[in-house]
Parts: sequence; structure tokens; C-alpha cells
Amino acid sequence: MATEAQGEEGGLVFHPMDQFIVKPLFGDGPVGLFTITNVTLWMALTVVAVVLLMVLGTSKRSTIPGRMQSVGELAYGFIYKMVEDVAGKDAVGFFPYIMTLFMFIVFANFLGLIPMSFTTTSHFAVTVLLALLVFVTVTVVGFVKNGAGFLGLFWVSSAPLALRPILAVIEIISYFVRPVSHSIRLAGNLMAGHAVIKVFAGFAAIAVVSPVSVLAITAMYGLEVLVSFIQAYVFTILTCVYLKDALHPSH
Amino acid sequence: MEGELAHIGAGLAAIGSGAAAIGVGNVAGNFLSGALRNPSAAAGQTATLFIGIAFAEALGIFSFLVALLLMFAV
Amino acid sequence: MATETTAGTASTSTCVVDGSAVGMPQLCFDWWPNQIFWLIVTLVVIFFFLSRIALPRIAAVLAERQGTITNDLAAAEDLKAKAVEAEEAYNKALADARAQAQDIVNQTKAEIKAELDDATAKADAEIAAKAAEGEEKIAEIRANAMESVKDVAKDTAKELVSVMGGKADARSITAAINARMKG
Repeated sequence: MATEAQGEEGGLVFHPMDQFIVKPLFGDGPVGLFTITNVTLWMALTVVAVVLLMVLGTSKRSTIPGRMQSVGELAYGFIYKMVEDVAGKDAVGFFPYIMTLFMFIVFANFLGLIPMSFTTTSHFAVTVLLALLVFVTVTVVGFVKNGAGFLGLFWVSSAPLALRPILAVIEIISYFVRPVSHSIRLAGNLMAGHAVIKVFAGFAAIAVVSPVSVLAITAMYGLEVLVSFIQAYVFTILTCVYLKDALHPSH
Repeated sequence: MEGELAHIGAGLAAIGSGAAAIGVGNVAGNFLSGALRNPSAAAGQTATLFIGIAFAEALGIFSFLVALLLMFAV
Repeated sequence: MATETTAGTASTSTCVVDGSAVGMPQLCFDWWPNQIFWLIVTLVVIFFFLSRIALPRIAAVLAERQGTITNDLAAAEDLKAKAVEAEEAYNKALADARAQAQDIVNQTKAEIKAELDDATAKADAEIAAKAAEGEEKIAEIRANAMESVKDVAKDTAKELVSVMGGKADARSITAAINARMKG
């Protein structure tokens, strides 16, 4: 393996990708469809965190909110306003769906920052499914709401007639690249950050370099906290943008 | 031999990450200079800023992915 | 590089050899069904919790708060209007009182002035009376004095005339003296 520079460099061993290994929580068998794995554990913790914040945190229903309730209301207001502003007022019906995506991603990202944890959103399996869900939803909604008029999204009526077929091809390609970039952006960002931290941690084995390494890890960790939130935000806002295209396909 | 070539390719692909960094810096810098000229309009455009950054960054992430694929999967 | 030729049968998957990953774990398709299954479960559970419990509750709380705020604002507006009213009433009362006080002051002033005028007039009259009396007395005294002077002059004149050898009758002397006194 490329990263295993064993032996030659004073026994430095890098395994930056080992943190992404999926393994069964109990026993040592193969990973089947229903096997309870570390994926299950960390997704369950994500659910617990979401329920803690959004359900238990607001259980008092107080008019003057406590800490947890304020945060819950803040998240609610944040996503609600985003849906309303970006996707339009008629997209409010999709608010619970978008809220689900946002809460899952943001909590999975933050839980992934706990040392020794497993980052579910750094796996393409997860993000591709999330992106495909958005893609399929947007496409279906587009055709249901606008019928064949949804194809007008690809026919740029403001461009010169001669250019339109070429633009249509480009638009169609970009439309189908959307789920790819949508999913790879999220997983790639998280994977890159975690792998970089792991590589820095590998350098800490050399005593002289270790202070620098620790500093670098701290700095990267701070950046990762930022990235965790921004990527969840970006995923959500892009979902809203795609949804706007589906609801109002005219350019 | 093939492995070594793949490593070189991975290094070349990683240049793309730096290019994406330039792109993201461009977006953010232009936003900032615009925002300082007209601060009242800036607040409403943060969403656009993040969308722009996301698009610029996505392509950098693609090159990063290519590097990873060359390192680990080829 | 990441070949499947390595005998990873003893491990959980062909993607893991001796406890470390072969290639990218993200691209190990042995694990995809498992992840996708659990992701769907997770999303359904979160969606259920959010759409059934959390979001309606937060929406209700926010609406209630909006209502409370609106009510409180209306009440505050009411109270403010009342305060303005009270202030107006106070100002009016103050102005009234002031006007009344002014009235009383004016009235009192007029009364005092009238009294003063009265007293002054009385005093003037008294003074005038006293002065007249005094003048009368002076005139009387003067008249008396004149009489006395006349008498003395008559006597003196008679004596003088008799001394000079003449014989003066009383009537001509009196007439002469009267003429002299007038002159």
C-alpha cells in the first residue's frame, strides 16, 4: 500500500484510510445487509443527538426558551428561512425533508469529529444515496409540477437560437453531474480532512516533529469544525437551489 | 513501475486542489471587496457566496478524488 | 495496487488485510448495502421524529411567541395611550389651577387697590378739611392782628396828631389809616 512507508523512514506507519473501515460491532463475520456495524452505531448516535436537540430540547414548549430550545429554534428558523428564500414560498412543503437532510448531515459531521469515532458522511455510499434522493425528488417534482415544461430548464430561451442545442447538451450534462458533485463534495471534504489529520498524527511518532504535528492537528481540527458545518449548509442550500429549478424551471 | 507512475499521477492531480484554492480565494475576495463597497447588500448575498464557493471547491475535490483513486484504487 | 489477490478470507472482507484497509474503504462495494440500509433506516427515523413531533411543536411555540409578543405590544400601546391621557388630564388640571390662582390674585389685587383708593381719598379729604380749618384760623388770626394793628395805628396816629398840635377827629384818622392799610 502506498501509504505504508514502513521500515525505511524509521518505522513511520501511515494508515490514514483505516478510520473509514466498516466493521461489525459484534463478532468478526462478514458485513451483510443487516449486520450491526460501526455505521449502525454512529448513525444511531446521530438519531439520538437529533432527537435530544429537536424533541427533548423543545419538550417544555416554553415561550421564553431555554438553551436547548433556543438552539433547536435557531436550526428551525435557519433552514426554514433558507427554504423560503432560496427555493421559494411554495417549497415550504419540502421543509421537513430538507430539515431531515440538514440535521442528519450536520450531526453526522460533528459526531465524526469526536476522536476514534466513525464518520458516516465520509462514505460515498451514504452521500451518494443522499444526493440521489435529492436528484430523484427534484426530477420527479419537476415533471409532476410542470409536465413536459420541465424540459424548458434545458432549453435556454434567452440564448441565440443557433446556440440553444449546444447549450441544451451542456445543461443536460450539468444536470446529471449534479448528484455526482453533490455527493462527492460532502464525502470528499470530510474524508480529506480526516485523512490529513491522520497523516499529521502519523508524523507525531518522530519526537522532534511531534509538537509541530500536534499544532497542525489542532489547526486542522478547527478547520474541520468549520468545514463540518459549512458542508452541511452547502448540501442543504444546493438542495434548495435544485428544488427551485424543479418548481420554477424557466430561466 | 506502474505503481510509481500512479504516484506521480496522484501528485499531479493534487495540483488541482491548489487551483481550486485559488478559485475559492477569488470568490471570497471578490465578495469581500463588493461587500465593503456596499455593506447593506452583502447580508442578502451570503447564500450566493457559499453556493459559489461550493461550486469552485467541488472541482478541487474532484482532483483530490482522482489523486486518491490513483493512490489507493488503481 | 489494491488487488483482490491477497487472501483476505480470514478477515471480514476482501477490503481489509491484517487490520488495515486495502485501497479506499469508501470504494469497497462489499459494505455498500449495509451502509445504505442503515442510512435509510436513520433517515426514516429522523424524518419521523422531525415531521411528526419536533417541527410542528417548534412551529407552535414560535407562533405562540409571536402571538404573545403581539399581545404584549398591543397592551403596551394601550398603557402608553393611557399614560398620555393621564398626562393630558394632569396638565389640564394644572392649567386650571393656575388660571384660578391668577383670578384670585387679580381679584385680591383689585380689592386691595379699591380699599387703598378709598383710604387715600378719605385721608385726602381729611387733610383738605384740616388744611381749610387751619387756613380759616390763620385768616382769623390775621384779621384779628389787622384789627389790632389798626387800633394801634389809630391810637398812635391820634397821639401823634395831638402831640403836633392838631386836633384829629376819629373819623378822618380811621379813613386815613384804612387807606394806608389797603395801600
